[in-house]
Amino acid sequence: MSDKKPNVGKVFLNGIINENPTFRLVLGTCPTLAVTTSAINGLGMGAAATFVLLGSNVVISALRKVIPDKVRIPAFIVVICMFVTIIQLVMQAFLPSLYEALGIFLPLIVVNCIILGRAEAFASKNPVVASAFDGLGMGVGFTLALTLIGCIRELLGNGSVFGINILGASYQPMLLMILPAGGFLVFGTLLGIINALTNRKKGDAK
Amino acid sequence: MSLILSSAPHVRSKDNTQRLMLNVIIALLPCVAAGIWYFGWQAALVVAVSTASAVAAEFVWQKLARQKVRVYDLSAVVTGLLLGLIVPPSAPWWMMVIGSVFAIVIVKQLFGGIGDNFLNPALAARALLLASWPALMTSGYNLGKFADATSAATPLLSGASCMDLLLGNVTGSIGETCKIAILLGFAYLVLTHTIRWEIPVLALATAALLGWILGTDPLTTVLSGGLLFGAVFMATDYVTSPMNWEARAMYAVGVGVITVLIRKYGSYPEGVTYAILLMNIAGPLFDRIPVHRIYGHTKAKKEGK
Amino acid sequence: MNVILFMISCILTNNFIFNKFLGCCPFLGVSSKVETAASMGIAVTFVMTIASLFAWMVNAWVLVPLQLEYMQTIAFILIIAGLVQFVEMFMKKSMPALYSALGIYLPLITTNCAVLGVATLNVKEGYNLLFSVLNGTFSALGFLLAIVLMAGVRERLESSKIPKCMKGFPISLVIAGLMAMAFMGFNGLVKL
Repeated sequence: MSDKKPNVGKVFLNGIINENPTFRLVLGTCPTLAVTTSAINGLGMGAAATFVLLGSNVVISALRKVIPDKVRIPAFIVVICMFVTIIQLVMQAFLPSLYEALGIFLPLIVVNCIILGRAEAFASKNPVVASAFDGLGMGVGFTLALTLIGCIRELLGNGSVFGINILGASYQPMLLMILPAGGFLVFGTLLGIINALTNRKKGDAK
Repeated sequence: MSLILSSAPHVRSKDNTQRLMLNVIIALLPCVAAGIWYFGWQAALVVAVSTASAVAAEFVWQKLARQKVRVYDLSAVVTGLLLGLIVPPSAPWWMMVIGSVFAIVIVKQLFGGIGDNFLNPALAARALLLASWPALMTSGYNLGKFADATSAATPLLSGASCMDLLLGNVTGSIGETCKIAILLGFAYLVLTHTIRWEIPVLALATAALLGWILGTDPLTTVLSGGLLFGAVFMATDYVTSPMNWEARAMYAVGVGVITVLIRKYGSYPEGVTYAILLMNIAGPLFDRIPVHRIYGHTKAKKEGK
Repeated sequence: MNVILFMISCILTNNFIFNKFLGCCPFLGVSSKVETAASMGIAVTFVMTIASLFAWMVNAWVLVPLQLEYMQTIAFILIIAGLVQFVEMFMKKSMPALYSALGIYLPLITTNCAVLGVATLNVKEGYNLLFSVLNGTFSALGFLLAIVLMAGVRERLESSKIPKCMKGFPISLVIAGLMAMAFMGFNGLVKL
């Protein structure tokens, strides 16, 4: 860890592109599917998860030498839970409509595999600054993915993006897109397209 | 599982597929004719658009995926025709294009093309359209001979007599109303050995029996809505129905039961679409139940459910 | 009668996977074989039932009287983690056969959002003890149904020519979407 500067940038970008939690690692599928009925919900969920990721990564990394190996998972969960409770109370106070829209998926951030996964795979082995950037990168990657899916579903299912009407009044909204089935279909097709593009890129590189 | 798959009656050679598909198309012609007779030129347009876009979608996909173009096996024509016949006659053209493209690309080609889809493409597309534009999919029957009909009552609540139901003198999706035409097609398919009669007959009998228990006249149950059309043309699809005869029996009974339950208690007026789709999904599990050992089940597997 | 309708709605109309997106990770991850999918489903049913019971008791008898409702999430997750640990130990000792079948899935269940989800939903919906436990059991049976059906379909597709870019997660998601569409047929089947 002698040259930290380039490392940190790499760690940050890693979460957004190479190891995007949603599109590359396919973690945290439940919130990805459930809250992306609109772009704003996707963004809100992403922001909440980013906050928790950043906080838990920093704290766990700081405590990594103190936490006994045997009880590390429960300890991680308690730390994560603390941040989830904070964001829950903050959102309830200042963004009540978003709090309602995210519903039980806000407390369920606790069991989001991305967060526990990063705690286990990165924060428990790396220094605080790098862990912070890892959390931030993963969180931003997650947020971007959720917002993208939210935009697509909102556009097709409601004719708008972020609540602004785009397709005009004559557009007949495709209701399925904001129903659960539409979530699965959009996410699956999007993953397939991304895979196809990555494969092609790899083919070009060769 | 590969054992079962290899022993299946999947006919993959091109000539055979083409011949079978041609038989299905011929069997569908009476329904197309009846639809146009009752609903007028708009019905013809709907069927034409959905067929053309299904074929085009298949062609474009196979070109883009650099596969051998197999449009000539006529399976896309069948999918397009079927979809055109299970929508209301006033369905807008763009809806038919979306439905056909969904049926061909998402339901069929993403799974590997002909023989590899697990759902009936036309029915899955109908479910998509019904979920996406429910208003457009459950109204707009007032065309052709029904131009003066006062209300667009759902096909199941119109209170028509059995004779009207048989002749197709009722509102409904383009191809499903005239039962005589469907029965003609059924007879043709059975006589040419394209399909076997067991699945449709068992599904209809189950529905009639359950309907009767729940207080509906058996004949009305069989003749109303899209049950007959679905049982004859959709439930008999080779690719998406089970292989073993026990499994096929369960599948057919399931179609009948779920159709009646959805009609009676569900929020959709007709349940046959969902009944067949759900049985398509359960089919592989039915096939695993080892009642019949002759097919080459080497060991008795535990049933998962 | 209400109880029976409630059970049916938990399994079919309000299916955890197809309507509520709870438990998607195991649904997508552990569904390539029917046997393993069924084992996972049974293990989840087991844990969800007990978790609903304990979470309800802790919430009603400890958290609410002490006005500690904001501690719900942390209390529930600790209950679930402890419970899973306990079930694992208990099974190992007294039901070794079952343990060897379900053992590897048990730790995974702690982070299955269906379990925490059902505990949270029970409180949110204000269910009493009976309905909470029923909700736990029958929602889990709905999960079991979904994951077994999914595994059946995936086994059938094993030899199909799925395009390379769609293999794995993408095609599983598309299957799930199509299944969710078919399950919409049950809409309105139960009017509570």
